[in-house]
Amino acid sequence: MRNPSRHLLIPMDPYTLAKGAERVKNALEKALALSKLTDRVRVVETGTIGHHEHGVLLIIYPDGVVYGDLTPDDVPQIVQEHLQGGRVVERLVVRDIKIPPFHPQVYRAEKQVRLVLRNVGLIDPENIEDYIANEGYEAAARALTSMTPQQVLETVKESGIQGRGGAGFPTGVKWSFAAREKAPQKYIVCNADEGEPGTFKDRLILEGDPHSVLEGMLLAGYAVGATKGYVYVRGEYRMSIARMRKAIDQARSKGLLGDNILGSGFSFDMEVREGAGAYICGEETALLESMEGKRGEPRNKPPFPPQAGLWGMPTVVNNVETLANIPLIVKNGAAWYRSFGTPTCPGTKVFTLVGNVVLPGLIEVPMGITLREVIFDIGRGIPKGRNFLFAQTGGTTGGILAAGELDVPMAYDTLRQVGSGLGSGALLVVDDSNCVVDLVQNFVEFFNHESCGKCTLCREGTGRLLELLNRLTSGQAEARDIDLIRRLAVNMKRAAFCGLGQAAPTPILGALDRFEEIFREHAEAHYCRSGVCPMNAQKAA
Amino acid sequence: MATIDLKTAEAEIPVIELLKKAQEEHGYLSPEVLKVIAARTGQPLSKLYGIATFYSLLTTRPKGKYRILFCKNAPCHVRGAKRVLEAIVSYLGVEPGETTKDGLFTLELTSCLGLCAVAPTMMIGEDLYGNLTPQKAIAILEDYRARERSEHA
Repeated sequence: MRNPSRHLLIPMDPYTLAKGAERVKNALEKALALSKLTDRVRVVETGTIGHHEHGVLLIIYPDGVVYGDLTPDDVPQIVQEHLQGGRVVERLVVRDIKIPPFHPQVYRAEKQVRLVLRNVGLIDPENIEDYIANEGYEAAARALTSMTPQQVLETVKESGIQGRGGAGFPTGVKWSFAAREKAPQKYIVCNADEGEPGTFKDRLILEGDPHSVLEGMLLAGYAVGATKGYVYVRGEYRMSIARMRKAIDQARSKGLLGDNILGSGFSFDMEVREGAGAYICGEETALLESMEGKRGEPRNKPPFPPQAGLWGMPTVVNNVETLANIPLIVKNGAAWYRSFGTPTCPGTKVFTLVGNVVLPGLIEVPMGITLREVIFDIGRGIPKGRNFLFAQTGGTTGGILAAGELDVPMAYDTLRQVGSGLGSGALLVVDDSNCVVDLVQNFVEFFNHESCGKCTLCREGTGRLLELLNRLTSGQAEARDIDLIRRLAVNMKRAAFCGLGQAAPTPILGALDRFEEIFREHAEAHYCRSGVCPMNAQKAA
Repeated sequence: MATIDLKTAEAEIPVIELLKKAQEEHGYLSPEVLKVIAARTGQPLSKLYGIATFYSLLTTRPKGKYRILFCKNAPCHVRGAKRVLEAIVSYLGVEPGETTKDGLFTLELTSCLGLCAVAPTMMIGEDLYGNLTPQKAIAILEDYRARERSEHA
């Protein structure tokens, strides 16, 4: 193909595919062939652009036009009128999606800053050339040819990036623990077992820009002296698994994986491993157990994985988003990275905005932005004229923020101070048609289902908590049940074996602290002011 | 730990993937299938049973032709998942965990499918569905039934 005059980007993600993106793409290719345009435009299947409310999308570059809610029947008109005739098909244009200029290094739109998502939605994730054309593998090439492993490690350390999986541990420090170990083999494991309710950022990074994660792993391997990497992807994520496998094959065929990469003497290879459906495997030691072919139950810590991880060897386990940041940090330097976010919490954070919000979806914002800006500016507020009741940050294990806390800056340290956390980046917005007690019951049902059963406090504690909450929502509670819930939650937090059991009480205690009055109404008056809990129905009957 | 042969460990097909493959072939992990895998891998049957019952994508009981994984987590819950589930339960005449009499559907509750921007959601086989309403969910299931009828006609 000679230089195409136009690029047609068609996002292929779970959302658009469910809306028939494949059929629209087939219709497009047919219409282009009929109009003999096949040689003059390039159709690029991309990942998501973060908007999911406009169905199947088609983005036309360099025109900067976004078409939405497309069906195969709309396609001939776009080809004839727009591509051949040069007239925009106004009835199909989506106006509230702002698209970035082509080939941006960083793009900013409406308070968003896209570092991790720099390529997502803009390049073909199944084509390594697209990634390379957007400065991909430049960091790896520079590191392997002109930096020592120690220099790469120091750069990441100085950048101050903290792990994006939830715990927020400084990535460079974690790497340095593994780097100082002497062992016959070390491993890099990418934790893509994304299971936190409300979170789908890792899925969309892997599906939209798999090579950025791969390059991050390669750099991690070089920095700590590991020669083998595994990507552990959640079994339900079929498309992520397929795209990652394809990315690995392509990198291998270009000599970017394998022996003696770019003549540097450094060797590194990778494989994808599939999960089989267990939330607990997102806990890093449970993940390692699962990779070794066992039930995914967490291990005792210490030793931590950087000392003794996969098959007992030093292992760095990093989240997808963390790894996707690494190439940019290595390429642009620590100081550049620190120019985003807050001094104690540099960089950006990818959030999934979900629940009762006008524009749900995938966003990336600098650390330190307030919840109010995210919900009301980027998310355009609460639909149907309802009011904000609370938000939960960080997924189901995250804390609760009430209306008075909308201006707390969102960063690991500032949210920790109010008993919450950034966690996995899920941001659940709940309006006042919901009942906080009913939702806490929903959270506890989840924990009860996902508890792996290893330790008593979590196994039994989640079960007893669920019984107590069932009593509250069905009008059978007693006044003392509120204190029982609180005591049980506090004990779990203190004494459960792993992060799951320790974090499960976070939303329970957060809700109790902020909405105790509503809990008391349920317990003492057997009354649910929102009318959600079934006891009202029973009373009416 | 020191006795593990890393070369062998890395080269081995992980037992969980073996179980998944076996399930794809046989529909579910029956005692007979588990015994064959135990003999082939040298792993105790009890360990394999422990794994098969730990992971939600593995099953030791026969399932319907289509597994419906319906998400019941908070992001779907606050957007009306409960009413959708009630509609599915009454349409299929089975509770979560059960299989329809004609063996076509098994209804199961799942944790987050990562499709929250179009909640409420479900997954049937490998197909994903979002923005569900009670009516839309029933129409989807009716499509599967109709397809099945035309395949047999």
